Parts: sequence; C-alpha cells; structure tokens
Amino acid sequence: MQVKNKIPVLSRVVKDGVVKSLTGLTALVIIFIIVAILVITIAGGWKSLSWEFLTQFPKDGMTRGGIFPAIVGTALMTLIMTIAAVPFGVITAIYLSEYASERSIFAKTIRFAVKTLAVVPSIIFGLFGLGFFIKFVGMNIDNVFYDGTLRWGQPNLLWASLTMALLTLPVVIVAVEESIRTIPRDMREASLALGATKWQTIKKVVLPGSLTGILTGTILAISRGAGEVAPILFTGAAYYLAELPGSLNEQFMSLGYHIYIMSTQSTNVDETLPIQFATTLVLLLLTFSLSLIAVILRYRIRKKAIQSS
Amino acid sequence: MKDSKVNVKNLSFFYGSNQALKDINMVILEKQVTAFIGPSGCGKSTFLRTLNRMNDLIDNIRVEGEVLIDDVNIYDKNIDVVNLRKKVGMIFQKSNPFAKSIYDNIAYGPRINGVNNKKKLDEIVETSLKQAAIWEEAKDRLHMSALSLSGGQQQRICIARTLAVNPEIILMDEPASALDPLSTAKIEELIHELKKIYTIIIVTHNMQQAARTSDFTAFFYLGELVEMDKTKTIFTNPGKKQTEDYISGRFG
Repeated sequence: MQVKNKIPVLSRVVKDGVVKSLTGLTALVIIFIIVAILVITIAGGWKSLSWEFLTQFPKDGMTRGGIFPAIVGTALMTLIMTIAAVPFGVITAIYLSEYASERSIFAKTIRFAVKTLAVVPSIIFGLFGLGFFIKFVGMNIDNVFYDGTLRWGQPNLLWASLTMALLTLPVVIVAVEESIRTIPRDMREASLALGATKWQTIKKVVLPGSLTGILTGTILAISRGAGEVAPILFTGAAYYLAELPGSLNEQFMSLGYHIYIMSTQSTNVDETLPIQFATTLVLLLLTFSLSLIAVILRYRIRKKAIQSS
Repeated sequence: MKDSKVNVKNLSFFYGSNQALKDINMVILEKQVTAFIGPSGCGKSTFLRTLNRMNDLIDNIRVEGEVLIDDVNIYDKNIDVVNLRKKVGMIFQKSNPFAKSIYDNIAYGPRINGVNNKKKLDEIVETSLKQAAIWEEAKDRLHMSALSLSGGQQQRICIARTLAVNPEIILMDEPASALDPLSTAKIEELIHELKKIYTIIIVTHNMQQAARTSDFTAFFYLGELVEMDKTKTIFTNPGKKQTEDYISGRFG
C-alpha cells in the first residue's frame, strides 16, 4: 500500500538536506574552534618551548627565562587538592548511594548542596577561601598557637589547594556516584545473600566496580583544578617567587595565574608574548594529556573487567 | 516423616500501606523441595525474600508475625541478619556472578568469613563446583572471568558460590526462567541432587518445573497462601477451585 504524503517529495528532500547541513555546520564550528586554539597556541609558543623553558625561573621581568616555578606550583597545588577532594568526594558518594535513603531529607539536602556548589562561580570560591580558610581558620591558628604571629593567616599553598578542592568536590562526587549507581542491584544482593555485611559489600563489590568512576572523577577534578585561576587568586597564588615553596604555608606560582599576570600586569606585554603562548601550550598539553590518561585508563579497566578478574 | 525446618506463623508483609502478604501460615520440611507457584504479583517472591530477610534492603516495609527457622524466630530483635543469610542462601532469577574470576566468585563467601588459607580455599572451591555440577566445565578456567561463561553455567556458578558458604536452606527465585531448556534441565537435575543435603525452596512460573522438581507445592494468589500440599496432590487433585483453575491454565 502506498502511503500518501501531502508534502511533495522534492520539498522533503530539500528540508532534510537543509537540516542535515545546518547541524553538520554547527558541529564543524566546534571542531574549527578547537583546531584554531591549538594551531594558534602551537604556532605562537612552539619556538619558545625548550628544556630550559621548562626548568628555569622567569628572568628579566618575565620577558625571558622559564616557567619552572609555575609548573611545580601547579603540580603541588593539584596534588594537595586531589588528596583533599578525592577521599572526601568518594566517601560522600558512598554515603549518598549506599546508605542514605532516597527520600531522607538529609540526603536531599546534600544533593541540593552538591548541585549548588557545582554552579557557584569560581571567584566566589576564592572569596570564600579568603574569608574562611585565611581569615577564620588561619588567623585563629596563629592566635592560638603562634601568639598572633602571621604564619597561617595569609595566602598559601594549603589554603589555595583546599579552596580548589571545594571547587572540584562536586565533580568528584557526581562522577563517583554515577559510576557506583551503574553497579547492578543484583551484585549487591548476591554479596549480601552470601552473608556479607554492608561494608564488606561496599569494599569488595561496589568500590572495585566503580574504580573507573573514581579515576575519572579524579582526573576530571585535576584537569579542572589545574587550569582554574579565580579560586587561588586571593588564597595563595603569587605574582613572582624567586624560590619554590618550601612548606604548606608559603605562596606558590601557578600556570594559569602566570598567563594572566604576563598578559595584564607585565611592563612589556608584547615582549612576553612568546612566553605567554608557550605557557598556554604547556597548560593545554598538561590538561590534554591528563584527559588522554583518563581515556586510556578507563579503556583498560573496562577491558580487564570484561576479560577476567 | 521429615522434620520441619521452617515454620511460618501469621506472617503479614507491607510495602508502605500496601499489604503484599496476608496472614501466611506454612510448614516447610527439611531436605525437601518446596515450590511456590502463582500468578505474577501474588507475593511468592516477596514471601521467599522474607525467609532470608532480603526485604530488609527496601525502605518502608513492615513485617508482622513470625518466621521460625529451626525454632528460632528470624525476626527477633537479637537475630544477626548476616548469620541468617549464611544459613539461608539465595539464588536469583538472573544469574549474578561478580565480575571476578570463577575461583574468586566461589571463594567470596568463605573469604568474608575469614578463610584465607589457600589450601582450604582450593578445597572449598573444588567441592562447591563439584556439588553444583560445573567442576568439569570450570576446572581448567578457574582464573578466567565468571562472566565469560554461558548463562546456564553462570547460574550453576552462583549455586556453587552459595554452597561454598555451607547453607542449610537454599532459596531459588525462578532460577531457570532466563535459561534455555537444556540449561534448565541441568538446574533441575541439580536441585534433585542438592535436596539430599539441603532444604530447597523454589519460586517458579513454570508449572511443569514445579511438578518435576518439588515434593510440596504452595499456591499463592493476591498475597494469600491459597493451598499447600504434596505436589502430586496439588497437580492431580487440588483442594481449591482457584488452584485447579491456575494449574490448568484457566488464568494467571
């Protein structure tokens, strides 16, 4: 039986074609943007990228030398941030998915808080870190333990890392909780029916099964935190330091902040331009390679989970 | 005459305000196979899950009455659910081996009970797999993923995993409903073997399966236990019209 169609065939074909090309075009724009960013950054920064650039301190008002302290500072900050955010996030995710009842007001409040935390502008985290960690926690530590001598009541590596941990916490919680939820109820029931306690079930079935999610959450948090500037603006990032931070209560340099400083605060912006490009390139390479590691790890874990124990 | 293993007295079960089981009274005999039949939603699976307190995992439920296993009420306040579940094992409708090796699946229960001796574990794994009639198929691939096996084999791995904990009662919730006829036959054969040692309670949608495998059959309808008797009697000369209508396929 022939289906009658009031719209002429030609018009349908044209409409389909138009929609197809429009959607394709939009997708193309996205690819174009990525390629443009990469090409411009590589073209501008490739020549300045060298072993010396990665291992030396900035020189001559940042117009020459390297970005070594910014790389180390970013790495240290990210490391401390991860140590703080990941266990906290994993534990919260376990509570939300395994212990809290869906209908409990407490669980709903946590979920609402996590969602809200995820959309708070990053500069607000910076201000919060300044007000809470530095002015409140830090200054009280100084007053109680150091007779008011300024030790912890000022911007430093620890406060900046903890502020960044707050920013990345929702990312970790959501990623881990999602992956915990993909573990079928069957698996938990199988374990419990064998006489396992809830904690044994979490330890032996739920957590191993959500390793991918924990890893993904961690790497997502790192790549987000590594590039952010606003939260560390008031809480620990330094304009320039002649030495690497020697303890948690010292300031540090960071890649993102360094780019901002060079492009806005430098006495000679034009001369720092190659270094700006090179620094951007380093930051991009860092975040891209982190994402790549995440992809590879996920692939490996999945393959392993499918093949054998 | 066999001894009674499970004795259910005036058991009612509620999901919120919805009553799923109504005043159930039942005696289940030791080392016998008891089948629960009835249309979907009649409460037979819910009832099965009250016997190892698997329903405890659900929010907002309420249990009234008593379930005595070896004369101990499992709903008593000082009952340890973890120990209860070791004694009353469960096989699920969909085979659910862990994403671990066959060996680690079987050793899971003993390990959480603190058995870590390699030799002892090897022994338990071998005995359990043999008891579950899957040793021949599994012995050369003990360290491969249990998920690499076929559905029927996976279900027998799950049975072996349950046996490794040394239960006294095994609950089976439609254990063969997702399997092909050949795998189903193997599971039924296995049930026949296992009843020499264990008390088996099986929920099934399959009338022939109930008739073939069980010694006693209980018919549930709308949360009530309509009738329970020797399987032969239920299938040849049921006492209630509802039961007769159901097994002759007139509804359900």
